[in-house]
Amino acid sequence: MRLQISTRLAIFAVLELTAREGCQLSVADIGEKYGVSSHHLAKVMHVMGRNGLVRSVRGAGGGYQFVGNARRVTLLDVAQLFEDLSAVDRDTSGADATPEGQALHEVLNEIDDIARATLGSITLATMRKLVDRHSSSTGRRSKPAAPRRRNQTRS
Amino acid sequence: MRYSLVSKANALAMQENTRPMKIDSGVGVRRVRAADIPSVIALDARVTNLAKTEYWNDVFRRYGKQRLHERFFLVAENRADRKDLRVLGFIIGEIRAWEFGSTPCGWVFALSVDPENRLHGVGSALLEAISAEFKKAGVGKMRTMVARDARLPMLFFRSEGMMAGPNIQLEKDLD
Repeated sequence: MRLQISTRLAIFAVLELTAREGCQLSVADIGEKYGVSSHHLAKVMHVMGRNGLVRSVRGAGGGYQFVGNARRVTLLDVAQLFEDLSAVDRDTSGADATPEGQALHEVLNEIDDIARATLGSITLATMRKLVDRHSSSTGRRSKPAAPRRRNQTRS
Repeated sequence: MRYSLVSKANALAMQENTRPMKIDSGVGVRRVRAADIPSVIALDARVTNLAKTEYWNDVFRRYGKQRLHERFFLVAENRADRKDLRVLGFIIGEIRAWEFGSTPCGWVFALSVDPENRLHGVGSALLEAISAEFKKAGVGKMRTMVARDARLPMLFFRSEGMMAGPNIQLEKDLD
């Protein structure tokens, strides 16, 4: 399964924001770690802000904070802000109406169901544990994005 | 095997002795005893709304008394209060080998925690205890099966580090 770039960025961003309790980071802080443009990330953060997952804190030292419950918010909650992950309605005309089309539709639905179930079963807290496990197995510590100094540019 | 649906009134009566306790400091896990079975039956009936007395007595005979080196029926209790003998939860599993082409592995097929006492680490303590038993018995893999839409158990097992395994469960309607 491939996730859109915005979805991946959103997941990376909330993982950074949940790495430490009360963590507050700017898009520049997060963008720097993942090598992505602040412009793209700002759009992603805006969508998450509109949907109540993060809130922006204004002023010097401002940035974004995660405002959900990391033990309840799942990857599906984040992903479906950017992707249409709902079951695909079957077209009742044309090729989809043939037995072959219906059979293919059934198989594709099975794949979608499994993908949704997987994304819906992994919370951000569980993802953090997975990150830690990968850090210890590869010996590469996951370094949380660090807040920049106050006099640096913020968004 | 006989099952009976539990009425709402009976389910409430079963909850009589289930107020939440201070258990953070003292969840203990041990093997099931015959005296625990009424509590196990009551807990399962509260959670599933289905009383299965005969089933649980049979499970106790098979998993609480036989082949104990590979079968594990464990219960959690509140060690902080010695007088309180309530069962907070239970877990059942066994080591199965060579089925579905699998090398020996531990299967967890039942896990239940008193709804009034969840989020106190009871489920984690039970899973940790049965993992230790499986490891002691020489297996290095633990499996379970969860309905895709069973959100709570799915989130729990995931949070305990369980990932999708190499098998896909298949089924068909028998017309």
